[in-house]
Amino acid sequence: MHLGLILPELTLLVFAIAVILVDLVTQKKEVLVWVSLFGIVISAGFTLGMWGWGSYAIFNNQMAVDSFAIFFKLLFLGIAALVILASVDYTAKFANFRGEYHALVLLAALGMMLMAATTSLISIYIAIELTSISLYILVGLLKDAKSTEASLKYLLLGAVASAVMLYGMALVFGFTGEVGLGEIARVVQGMSLATLLASPAFMVGIVLMIAGFGFKMAAIPFHMWVPDVYEGAPTPITAYLSVASKAAGFALVLRVFYSAFGFPDWLSLNWGIIFAVLSAIGMTVGNVAAIPQTNIKRMLGYSSVAQAGYLLVGVATVGLSAAADVVGRSSVLFFLASYALTNMGAFIAIIAISDKLKSDQISDYSGMGKRAPLLALGLTLCLISLIGMPPAAGFMAKFYIFSGAVQHGLLWLVIIAVINSVISAYYYLRVVKVMWLGEPASAEKVPSSGALKLALALSCFGVLLLGILPGIVMRLAEIAAKMFGF
Amino acid sequence: MDFPYLSLIIFLPIAGAILIAFIPDLSQRMVRWIAAVFTSVPLLLALIMFVSFDRSSAAVGVMQFEEKVSWIATINANYHLGVDGLNLPLVLLMAFLGLMVVLISWKIDLRVREYFAWLLLLEASILGVFCALDLLLFFLFWEIEVIPMYFLISIWGSGRKEYSAIKYVIFTLFGSAMMLTGILSLYFTTGSLSMLDIAGAGIGSFRAVIPVAAMFFFLLGGFAVKLPVFPLHTWLPDAHTDAPTAVSVVLAGALLKMGGYGMIRICLGIFPEVALRFASLLAIFAVFTVLYGAAVTLRQTDLKRLIAYSSISHMGYVFLGIFALTQVSLTGATLQMFSHGVITGLLFAVAGLVMHNTEERNLSKLGGLARQMPVVAIIFSVGGLGALGLPSTSGFAAEFLVFLGSFTSTMVVGIKVLTILAVLGVVLTAGYILWLVQRVFYGPVLEEFNWVSDADILEKVYAGCFIAVIMLVGIYPAILTDVIKLGVLPMVGG
Repeated sequence: MHLGLILPELTLLVFAIAVILVDLVTQKKEVLVWVSLFGIVISAGFTLGMWGWGSYAIFNNQMAVDSFAIFFKLLFLGIAALVILASVDYTAKFANFRGEYHALVLLAALGMMLMAATTSLISIYIAIELTSISLYILVGLLKDAKSTEASLKYLLLGAVASAVMLYGMALVFGFTGEVGLGEIARVVQGMSLATLLASPAFMVGIVLMIAGFGFKMAAIPFHMWVPDVYEGAPTPITAYLSVASKAAGFALVLRVFYSAFGFPDWLSLNWGIIFAVLSAIGMTVGNVAAIPQTNIKRMLGYSSVAQAGYLLVGVATVGLSAAADVVGRSSVLFFLASYALTNMGAFIAIIAISDKLKSDQISDYSGMGKRAPLLALGLTLCLISLIGMPPAAGFMAKFYIFSGAVQHGLLWLVIIAVINSVISAYYYLRVVKVMWLGEPASAEKVPSSGALKLALALSCFGVLLLGILPGIVMRLAEIAAKMFGF
Repeated sequence: MDFPYLSLIIFLPIAGAILIAFIPDLSQRMVRWIAAVFTSVPLLLALIMFVSFDRSSAAVGVMQFEEKVSWIATINANYHLGVDGLNLPLVLLMAFLGLMVVLISWKIDLRVREYFAWLLLLEASILGVFCALDLLLFFLFWEIEVIPMYFLISIWGSGRKEYSAIKYVIFTLFGSAMMLTGILSLYFTTGSLSMLDIAGAGIGSFRAVIPVAAMFFFLLGGFAVKLPVFPLHTWLPDAHTDAPTAVSVVLAGALLKMGGYGMIRICLGIFPEVALRFASLLAIFAVFTVLYGAAVTLRQTDLKRLIAYSSISHMGYVFLGIFALTQVSLTGATLQMFSHGVITGLLFAVAGLVMHNTEERNLSKLGGLARQMPVVAIIFSVGGLGALGLPSTSGFAAEFLVFLGSFTSTMVVGIKVLTILAVLGVVLTAGYILWLVQRVFYGPVLEEFNWVSDADILEKVYAGCFIAVIMLVGIYPAILTDVIKLGVLPMVGG
């Protein structure tokens, strides 16, 4: 048994159960926030302690504990903490379900932590389902028409995606006779090119798995759920979906495709090209579709599809580069960290503003620069970061990911991505313009709670730090990408 | 490590901006004074640097006041600052304009704190562009500049300010996207982000990821939007027309020079062979920019728009001087950047004054103001004479050097004819400047402007500073050319 190595996960599970129990006995529901945060901090402490221990394969090669997994675990824990901070006021909308809310946020985080660590098809599927089921419920917690519709859509489409992915996994298993990623890789490498070509089932299996993961990453063409679900879900959960769930999808893709299908080169070249094409279509469609949106949550939904496109540039680079080359993987990790902070910051500002306005319409943000200058400043910084302009984190992230791509012959893709960045400036800056130049609808200030301010300040600080002094996090991402066990 | 002059020059305005933005309950008076202090110290430092700059022949092509710290080890980026003869005058120019625009903006009373915070951030970013020797750092500062400009134009501007601001942003982002592509391809080719290292090793010694000429044109495109070169200039008249006075001064005075500086330092410094290959073609664009800009200027009826178009024409001379590729023409181009910065800065400042005091900007409705505002008329005339290149003003020295250098250039095919054509621009310039002065200040005195007040003491002070610099450089240009020469020599020698 390797219980010591899954202490972070166990801690989170214990605290998720503890939240439900505490919820039964206390009337002061604020306690739940503290319990959840406390659990996250302890779990993060254990995780941090494991950094640099080396890589371990545990539970009969079902899971890996390596710095890649630890990097993601810390990311998910950080995001979960920000989500909980950001929902302190928001949970008043579903006062009866506060216990369930916090427990499910923790369980979803647990599922995502497992997604980053799993190394066999079976455990991957279980981790995905744990995450997804928690999120299906969270999306529907508001219990109004839109939220329920969003939850149902997410559930139905998610189930289809799971089925497709399972079918792909079954084909891969049928072809190789293995479920462990390492074993699959060994079987595939042992085969001749002719054998592989004679069996289209294997390729179909890989493509179907891409489809399943694509749903999690909210990448084209598996993004149809995004705008509706983002709009209907409670806003903190929208943030959670757009950041953590997407990052978990990318963690999975990186691990599966690198560990299992990384060799031989012609194979990785094939899926690299698939991802490159998905990336080019994804960012273009996401950006163009975001332009006419009038609801800020929907706009950020399409924006997140476009951001997934930029991230796929990095995944394609992984496919096209030699296995020892870390730049593709580490640039995806850095981009995810930067994107997580940026999008969390943006959503926290939106939670604070929209909660008071009772509206998600961009036009209602008019004059927010006068009514809530700090919130508007924070949101502006995050939007600038999403465009990819210095001095925000988004610039460094794009620079890093594009530089890796060009080194491996994806210049055409980078050109498309750069053009897309310019297009995206239009709709991001429109929000900035409305906030600072529009006339306020009323002179009334928009106050926000201390927890929200703290969460926003943390995100914005992170965005600036990664934008101006990215060296440390880049180094961590490099280590995480290098120590990539299986 | 030596005293970090350059870092202080860049970061003092940023510190000032942070103080202004975040100290609660500042009075407007305090805000102005903080801004004045945090711009005058950089000016002082820049002057000290200028005085102590090593002008001996040993300093040819050597960076002085260098600062270098590892910044992002993963991608080999450094925090690398330094000045040579090429950028020192521009640093001095921006530091000078930085203090001047604070004085020019003294009477702003709308959202004062935000205004001065953005203004200081703008100054810092431009100074950063001029000092940075690392391509990524250069790009970082280059992009930061867009944000304050957007807010400054769209909040404190006039007319179609929001349209102009967004047009400026879109053009700039388009240009910087091209520039980023150029920087990235340069980085992938050489694995380095240091302008000096790449220029020293020679781009030919690497295996380029895309054709070297394409890199050159990506970078040139980014700079050409900023300079601006025809046909990428259309943002400029709008931005100038609608920007507040002080922003016009920075825009014309220093911001356009980022383009010219980038062309010399990066396009010429790193790609000398490509520059030579395309010099004739680019010189044609330069002459077209000169003549087209001047011809369009003649047709303008809006005071600021007219000066804006004259800027385009004057930047054409810079472009011509750069791609004539001789030591004299490059010196002239750099001097022209400095000189144009001061002269047009003055013109915009005075034009803003006229518009503020008379509340009128349409030339057909202005006239005879020399009676009501004699001091302003004199100041504006001096600036105008500088712009048309009258001997004893800096404009003369600069344009003379550009023409002399271009005409004697032996490397560029057809440059003689082009230079002669460009000289025609001077005639047009004389035409529109004299006509402008006549339309605004002379002619029948209009009764409705009898109430208009003349320049007050503050305005006389800053106008005096501008005029002093124009005359000083005009009478003794060697004060700058001796410095510029040191930076330019390695470009044409190598």
